[in-house]
Amino acid sequence: MTQSKALRPYLLAAPQTLVFLFGLVLPIAVILIVSFWNFNGIATTPGFTLRHYIGIFTSPAYLSTYINTLKFAFLVWLVCVLISYPVAYYLAFRIKSTKWQTILFLICTVPFLTSNIIRMISWIPFLGREGLINKALMGLQIVDRPVEMFLFSDFAVILAMVHLYCLFMIAPIFNSMMKIDRALISAAEDLGASAFNIQKRIILPLSAPGIAIGTIFVVTLVMGEFATMRLMSGGKSSSVGYLIKNQIDSLQYPAAAANAIVLLTLTLLIVFAILRVVDIRKQL
Amino acid sequence: MAQATQSLSSSSEKKKRSLSDYLLPGFFGLFVLFLYGPMFAVFLLSFQGPEGQLFFPMRGFSFHWIMAVFGPQRVGDFVTAFQRSLLLGLSIMVITVVLSVMAGLAFRYRFRGSNLIFYLTISSLIVPSILVSLGLGIVFNLLNLPIQWYSSALVGHLTWTLPFAFLIMLGIFGRFNPAYEEAARDLGASDRTTFWRVVFPLIASSVIGVGLLGFTLSYDEFTRTSLISGETNTLPLEIFGMTTNVTSPALYALGTLTTIFSFVLIGVALFAMQKLEQKQKQAK
Repeated sequence: MTQSKALRPYLLAAPQTLVFLFGLVLPIAVILIVSFWNFNGIATTPGFTLRHYIGIFTSPAYLSTYINTLKFAFLVWLVCVLISYPVAYYLAFRIKSTKWQTILFLICTVPFLTSNIIRMISWIPFLGREGLINKALMGLQIVDRPVEMFLFSDFAVILAMVHLYCLFMIAPIFNSMMKIDRALISAAEDLGASAFNIQKRIILPLSAPGIAIGTIFVVTLVMGEFATMRLMSGGKSSSVGYLIKNQIDSLQYPAAAANAIVLLTLTLLIVFAILRVVDIRKQL
Repeated sequence: MAQATQSLSSSSEKKKRSLSDYLLPGFFGLFVLFLYGPMFAVFLLSFQGPEGQLFFPMRGFSFHWIMAVFGPQRVGDFVTAFQRSLLLGLSIMVITVVLSVMAGLAFRYRFRGSNLIFYLTISSLIVPSILVSLGLGIVFNLLNLPIQWYSSALVGHLTWTLPFAFLIMLGIFGRFNPAYEEAARDLGASDRTTFWRVVFPLIASSVIGVGLLGFTLSYDEFTRTSLISGETNTLPLEIFGMTTNVTSPALYALGTLTTIFSFVLIGVALFAMQKLEQKQKQAK
């Protein structure tokens, strides 16, 4: 009886753990192995070569794709923070009734539960050549012919990604802000601290773990995806995810695997850097 | 003098605060517009007449394009793709709920290796999606397992839904008062009875929330399905394929339908959660 009691948590946690061993650990291990295999232009054969890694670090095209991916990750992150912080602050501090807090937070959440692809498509009526933005600009006589830059541009990619992923920033920041002891703020106000100083000295530092978790989410999501890049840039811009997808489509598995390993390493480095700066454990 | 500056600063501070009272709700309003505006535009444009196009102004009003989704298609088969996505989403929902509740129960005990399992689970959130797709594709290939939406894509989706569900379950069980269970056991209830009669009713509304999250994450998932759904498409893949060759409002009509479907589902789940919570409060 006591023995079965001791075994119980293991039995309960086993199914979920098996899913991750089979669906996460094994695939990554296999990717690592395949990234050293040979590819002769048609078929993949087991072996050991560093060619694919050397290819990544010596090809200017690959390197610029990596830089491009990091650029997008940074810009999307920046816009997400700039939008999410005031939104979360408004919800957490300015809405006094719990009921309204829940309702407004739900209003922010619902679109994120609908299809990503549809949410990308829904920018076409605004950004296209005949889209609303161009019509408005022409109506106001700011430009005399449609601007091509809106759809199929870096701008469209960033806009769509922010639209898709900013909830992943808002939710953790909101969560951190809700945990801030309101007495701290009243005390600071009583001592004559300015609104700016309250933000800088109290709210921002105490919501930093939320920002860190949001950052991890947003960066990981942007680094690993290719659909938005493909659809919103019209194939003009590239990301590592898109590159990997193209390599798989042309059956270059070892090269795709090597890129995947480099991408994973890069992502993990960013995550560990964030974790070094901010302690998120209290949030979990 | 010092007093004067202080009163000056506090009055300017008041002014600033009242300014932010307008700015923050305004910003929040703009954000909501940013979230829902595109969705609404697509909604309107899908009710155009047969001569409708992808851009405003609306050309006529009819259900032509909505009906077209159900009709025989030149470009794709949405009804079967929808059925696949629905079935996959429901399977993911059930598996996610069962495994995460079990894991949540396991983590109420202290056991060796719990940290490892914890980090293994949440690490799934920071691995770029494309790696899971690529890796599972290779694993299934090497093991000679069928690559289908109900096999490889199913595992891929679980690596995304389970970590969220697990974290939510940890939060729920963290707030859970063990006294109820102990009381039930003291009264001679078996473990099974205790779970179904005491524990489950208390977590039921959260379980619905986790189920909804699991379903919608799977129903909308693209990257983790894209390389491993075999020769058949789930709905997001079908829609993505459609974006490259469809230039009629049929695209929007499909978007409107899937969005309405998501909304109805969210509505039903929220309603059920609220009812259950009310019931619980009454019981207490």
